[in-house]
Amino acid sequence: MSDRMLTMAEAVREAMTIAFDERPEVFLLGEDVGIYGGAFGVSGDMYHRYGSERVLDTPIAELGIVGAAVGAALSGMRPIVEIQFSDFTAQAMDQIANQAAKIHFMLGGALHVPMVLRTPQGSGTGAAAQHSQNLEPWFASVPGLKVVVPSNPADAKGLLLASIDDPNPVIFLEHKLLYKIPGRDPVPEGSGRIPLGVAKVVREGKDLTIVATGIMVNKSYEVCEKLAAEGISITLIDPRTISPLDMQPVYESVEKTGRLMVVQEGPAHAGFINEVIAQMAGSSSFGSLIAPIKRLAGMNIPIPYAPQLEKAAVPQIEDIEAAAREIVKNWR
Amino acid sequence: MSTNPLVMGHPLASTENARHALLYMCRIRKFEEAVEDLFGRGMMHGTMHLSIGQEASPTGMCMALTIQDQITSTHRGHGHCIAKGADLTRMIAELLGKEIGYCGGRGGSMHIADVETGNLGANGVVGGGIPIAAGAALASKMMKKGTVAVSFFGDGAMNEGAFHEAANLAAIWKLPMILFCENNKYGMSSSTEKAFAIDDLADRGKGYGIPGVNVNGNDVVEVYEAAQIAVDRAKKGEGPTLIIAETYRWKGHSRSDKNLYRTKEEIEEWRLLDPIPKFIARAIKQKKLTQEQCDAIQQEATDAIVAAVNEAVKAKAADPAGLLDAVFKKVSA
Ligand SMILES: Cc1ncc(C[n+]2csc(CCOP(=O)(O)OP(=O)(O)O)c2C)c(N)n1
Ligand SMILES: [Mg+2]
Repeated sequence: MSDRMLTMAEAVREAMTIAFDERPEVFLLGEDVGIYGGAFGVSGDMYHRYGSERVLDTPIAELGIVGAAVGAALSGMRPIVEIQFSDFTAQAMDQIANQAAKIHFMLGGALHVPMVLRTPQGSGTGAAAQHSQNLEPWFASVPGLKVVVPSNPADAKGLLLASIDDPNPVIFLEHKLLYKIPGRDPVPEGSGRIPLGVAKVVREGKDLTIVATGIMVNKSYEVCEKLAAEGISITLIDPRTISPLDMQPVYESVEKTGRLMVVQEGPAHAGFINEVIAQMAGSSSFGSLIAPIKRLAGMNIPIPYAPQLEKAAVPQIEDIEAAAREIVKNWR
Repeated sequence: MSTNPLVMGHPLASTENARHALLYMCRIRKFEEAVEDLFGRGMMHGTMHLSIGQEASPTGMCMALTIQDQITSTHRGHGHCIAKGADLTRMIAELLGKEIGYCGGRGGSMHIADVETGNLGANGVVGGGIPIAAGAALASKMMKKGTVAVSFFGDGAMNEGAFHEAANLAAIWKLPMILFCENNKYGMSSSTEKAFAIDDLADRGKGYGIPGVNVNGNDVVEVYEAAQIAVDRAKKGEGPTLIIAETYRWKGHSRSDKNLYRTKEEIEEWRLLDPIPKFIARAIKQKKLTQEQCDAIQQEATDAIVAAVNEAVKAKAADPAGLLDAVFKKVSA
């Protein structure tokens, strides 16, 4: 079992190799995915295993790369595109938001785009404002894109396999800080899929419901463990896919706990997590709340460089802990 | 603060010019070595892109520029900053996340700008600075400033849409712009052989109706000479020039590079083409500098970097308190 404690990078690679072996039409393209093994080492040895025909090193040309993936996808192939940093999806946004996302709908269903765009996001590496963004709301606000934000290696594997199966464009947002650390749970052998659009209840408690995305699931988990020792028990929910969004477990949990806190890395203003609050506010479970909903999110600033500034810009474990304690203590 | 006024003109025109060319190449080299050292000692956060081996290109280009002429730079931008006259202490302080750093610790290595010396900033986005330089050149033309804008970028950036769109705009509007490509043979792991279907990158100039010239980017004299022609052309209103300076980065792309895409032999070959001793030999031969002067200049560069590091280390760390107020320029009442 212990040898299945993979890192996120290993789990993503395993999912890609399973898909490569299952379907000849799956291929990978992106900058430095070949001999370099990917900027974050995710494709690793795939170039040596599958050759340059299926692991395509590209020039630095994000718009062209994603456009080529869209064209290949609607012509019978099943591309996985790696964009080296999610920040550079900006270069490719026409192909993502105006083309890939709209083709099936706009063309009356005549064509569809089975493409997965994988890309590392998030702060914590000291790479500053243009290499550290969390862009979940950019993608979540475009109808026609499915958006996956895995928080751990086991989910990443199953969700990526499901994303590759999906006949629609899927944006798969991997957090850089999770690449090199093993998850809490072993990654299952085999080719099991985790369906898109199904949230996961990570742990259950009765005092507070936390909904968090990506790396914030991990930070929140640590807080849950710590506060459990103090007698505060928390339900932690990981939506896993932010489009489509599965709110059912959130409603059910809030009906039991009466308190809701949402946590995301990206800036608070117009952030994805606000969607969870909005749906909660409009649901019949809203009346179960005994406390105002607490939102913890990044500051409304670009990610700064210096470590002390970068830390201040996004919620840290201590912030989550303090906020969780406060909401439970103050609202009884 | 900044080391301007900069010395302008041919690197071999006088002892003063030769001294400047050597001093600035050495400042860049020593700066990059210091960065590597700070990084290795865990004093610097994030990543670093070193330009060791490429010092002649920014030095030669900037010797054709006035302090008012503008540049845009890249992720591998320390050399451009220094050649344009930036203050070494404020640069190091930025890398160390200090309040007195050029960006107040908010930008780091990839975002240093120095308005005083016409440096509009390094850039974390490959190709990001090219259209910005075109815009600076447009403003110069519209406001009749008489300045040029130089965009430094790598070979890899030439395959971004930003390069093509900016080159065409600059060409059709005859902007006072120079597109300066530091062709160090690789964009991360992608060799120019793999990333281009043409052998001569300067041919790209033809596609936009502008001159495309090749220079030995490890020869500060050759770089300067091509740069001066391009600057003259731009300032006469004849439009942009594409300069391809052939050079090589000795170090990995960034801190995490295992160099799997190139051979040790290739790196060794290029280390022999070091631009600094090449210029020293020439300056001595042409009696612009003596060996003793060259030794003293190299020592001067080392001392300047050591002093900058010492001062920067002592400076106050950047404070998160002001972050929210830093996003927007205050609207004046
Ligand atoms: C738009 C964009 N795509 C990808 C990257 C990641 N990246 C940073 S530098 C680099 C290579 C750039 O090569 P080149 O332009 O030749 O400059 P060099 O590093 O050789 O100086 C890459 C791919 C980026 N920063 N921006
Ligand atoms: Mg290059």
